[in-house]
Amino acid sequence: MPLPYLPNTEADRAAMLRDIGVSSADELFQDVPAKFNNVPFKLPPPLSELELKRELHEMAALNASSEEYACFLGGGYYQHFIPGVIGHITGRSEFSTAYTPYQAEASQGMLQSIYEYQSLVCQLTGMAVSNAGMYDGSTAAAEAALMACRLTEREKVAVLASVNPTYQQVLETYLSGQDIHLTRLESARDSLAPEPACLIIQQPNFFGCLENVDAYSRKAQDAGARLVVIVDPISLGMYQSPAAYGADIIVAEGQALGSPINFGGPGLGIFTCRQEYLRQMPGRIVGRTVDVDGRPGYVLTMATREQHIRRERATSNICTNEALVALAATVYLAALGKSGLRRVAELCYHKAHYAAEAIRRLKGFSLVFPEPFFKEFVVRCPRAPDEINRALFQEKIIGGLDISHLRDNALLLCVTEMNTRQEIDKLVQILGGL
Amino acid sequence: MKQPYLLPDISQPGKAGCSLPALDVPPAALPPEELLRTELELPEVSEVELVRYFTALSRLNYGVDTGFYPLGSCTMKYNPKWHEDIARFPGFASIHPYQSPGTVPGALRLMFDLQALLTEITGMGITSLAPMAGAQGELASILMVKAYHRRRGDAARRKILVPDTAHGTNPATASMCGFEVNTVPSDSEGNLDLASLESMMDEQVAALSLTIPSTLGLFDPRIIEIGQLVHQKGGLLYGDGANLNSLLGKVKFGDLGFDCVQLNLHKTFSTPHGGGGPGSGPICAKSFLADFMPSPIAVKKAKEYSFTSPAESIGRLGAAYGNFSVMVKAYAYIRSLGAAGLKEVSEDAVISANYLKEKLKADYHLPYDRACLHEVVFSGKWQKAKGVATLDIAKRLLDYGFHPPTIYFPLVVEEALMIEPTETESQKTLDAFIDTMREIAREVEENPEVLRTAPHNTPVRRLDEATAARKPDLRWKMKSQRPG
Repeated sequence: MPLPYLPNTEADRAAMLRDIGVSSADELFQDVPAKFNNVPFKLPPPLSELELKRELHEMAALNASSEEYACFLGGGYYQHFIPGVIGHITGRSEFSTAYTPYQAEASQGMLQSIYEYQSLVCQLTGMAVSNAGMYDGSTAAAEAALMACRLTEREKVAVLASVNPTYQQVLETYLSGQDIHLTRLESARDSLAPEPACLIIQQPNFFGCLENVDAYSRKAQDAGARLVVIVDPISLGMYQSPAAYGADIIVAEGQALGSPINFGGPGLGIFTCRQEYLRQMPGRIVGRTVDVDGRPGYVLTMATREQHIRRERATSNICTNEALVALAATVYLAALGKSGLRRVAELCYHKAHYAAEAIRRLKGFSLVFPEPFFKEFVVRCPRAPDEINRALFQEKIIGGLDISHLRDNALLLCVTEMNTRQEIDKLVQILGGL
Repeated sequence: MKQPYLLPDISQPGKAGCSLPALDVPPAALPPEELLRTELELPEVSEVELVRYFTALSRLNYGVDTGFYPLGSCTMKYNPKWHEDIARFPGFASIHPYQSPGTVPGALRLMFDLQALLTEITGMGITSLAPMAGAQGELASILMVKAYHRRRGDAARRKILVPDTAHGTNPATASMCGFEVNTVPSDSEGNLDLASLESMMDEQVAALSLTIPSTLGLFDPRIIEIGQLVHQKGGLLYGDGANLNSLLGKVKFGDLGFDCVQLNLHKTFSTPHGGGGPGSGPICAKSFLADFMPSPIAVKKAKEYSFTSPAESIGRLGAAYGNFSVMVKAYAYIRSLGAAGLKEVSEDAVISANYLKEKLKADYHLPYDRACLHEVVFSGKWQKAKGVATLDIAKRLLDYGFHPPTIYFPLVVEEALMIEPTETESQKTLDAFIDTMREIAREVEENPEVLRTAPHNTPVRRLDEATAARKPDLRWKMKSQRPG
């Protein structure tokens, strides 16, 4: 059987080789040391589309998905409603099979979409400028820390202990390259180590609680440090953005804006900041300009920050902007509009509070934090959260995040607009019956 | 077709692009007023207007499905459609990374199997799928280089050597990891200049960062000697695997002396580029570097799959495990081709590039006239002498309905035109491209002005990039926010 992805026939190949002036493909590999050429590869035999689809369908079916299970798991990746229209637009192969839009005249669709993305994300965060996107929320936070070091010419970064622990780990990886020192701040009462480039906080924090951004903003300002805030973009549908409290850089995981969780990837690193940091920003940026006939058009701009021009003096090595995930976020924000996003945020808020209140009343359960929360909250359980999650799983519920290593018997639960009252009542009922 | 408007121009109060459910629980008290947002200026657009708008935008965009896309170094091959369908199976798309491993054995198995496949394909000892793009794979690799020397107590190695043909990410990555970058020149054949390497290679060098075949599309015949030179002085050989498409199923990086390589699943393994991502940039390393691999790695013990973090891991690269949906598509690609199919891929890719090389070398200057692998680099210097720049040639190709090659890279070739046809283009398509390139070469002689003013048939013509950079206009504001 011919391979469907390879259009040339044996006869085509022979004709091409003849025109090249060689008798076999191997003559073209003459520079490869002979003993390392055409070595054996132990790979499974090829399968047809039908066979492989069946096999992978079975493999996928081994996984418990949120299509079959009620899901109360968050911790950085969130199940939110994805309007059907998004997949149809991101599925347009003019978008999905394009490369980075280097040739502007043949890439106006993607370039204009990125301009829309930058605009919508700035509207959402309240910041002045956005790049075209980064790998995920955690790397956007790490790049924000590196940018703050460049801006302040300092080599210390402070992070609040209530920031998502996996984000803190990614931060450690990124800072290790340049041996930048990372310090942790337990609360607003702690004082910052001297000369920090930035203070990184999360709003709402890893435990779902709202932080007093104002207090941290003053703290950062007093130390001459930049304030980096990691936000939940859905929360900005109802809550005031940290931009209003003096945030200098706002980053977020954008998966919640119209993309499936996909086992955690791809995500979308939203990266926005003050206008004056523009030339120190990492990543792609799209700008609006005009063509020779005066028509408006879009180009990749400010490339002198980037690796392909600036090489070792670039602001980052990043080339990718997760364009297709950014496109999903663009369509999501446009489809929901201002009232839709507020509605989604409020649905999360009310349902999460309904669930928290009911669980709090259960014997042996309590809320760990007194602070106000948005859609996630931590409950102290009468038994090991791991056991509770296993019991829930038997009842077709994916429970919360077991954070018993951070707080005694603590379970981080997340409730979004995807969870029906019926699901929440069932969760509460099972917890109550344990 | 023109697209003069933006979302705010079609926004009207009271419109919505999707419907949402009503609240089905008793409402809670809202947070204090001062925490709540008073303004949120997002467009309000109906679903049909949204679809028309983005469909119109898509038609201004050129993808692999539109036509030939010979963008050198980017491996713009056809992306099988049904791999997309597989990635969308709910059991892959709608699973959460923090579910307990026991509830997602299929996902872990896929990752475990893909690690094994890539380890075999590269001839290395261990694979991590964590990097979310090629550049992040590089970052992880160079951090591993750093960790390796540190463990040996060797603090003197402050330098990374990078050939003058290297991708820009190589020096940028070395800097991000705190290294000084030293550039190794190429020789007149387009290979790494061995004498220079020998003189530069000392006890301060942590690694040589090398792409094979190089960005000139050339396989360095002295690769084994290069590895030996680096290793003799205690350095490591890191491979930028961006050009694996020419060696797939034929040659293993591990055999060539590489200690660690990064791959690009979105290039070699045919997952779509998405207009700039998502990609995936796994790294494969020799076993002596296993302890430093990024976290996590999928493992299998007594038929159970789980994640583990290597003993002295350089750490996490993202909040989850890498770009899983991209891995699913790459896995499908490898399994649908098998070893013989992969070999056919690289051979066809190499035949295509050499076919273009032979057919076009009379019309365009070929700086290195020897068998190339997956891509060929021409110089537009003959045309430049007649007042037509490589940029003009690229823009003129757009008029003829082709995506241009990569231009002005690699930097060592004057007026470079870097053409990577890939294996998924038929001889007919290649012939049409050859005819067009010859036609353009004729136009240089007969009507250079048509090239200097190209493109003529695209949605917009040449754009004012200088003004874009000098007076950045990077976003719109809603009408209600604009002054006056």
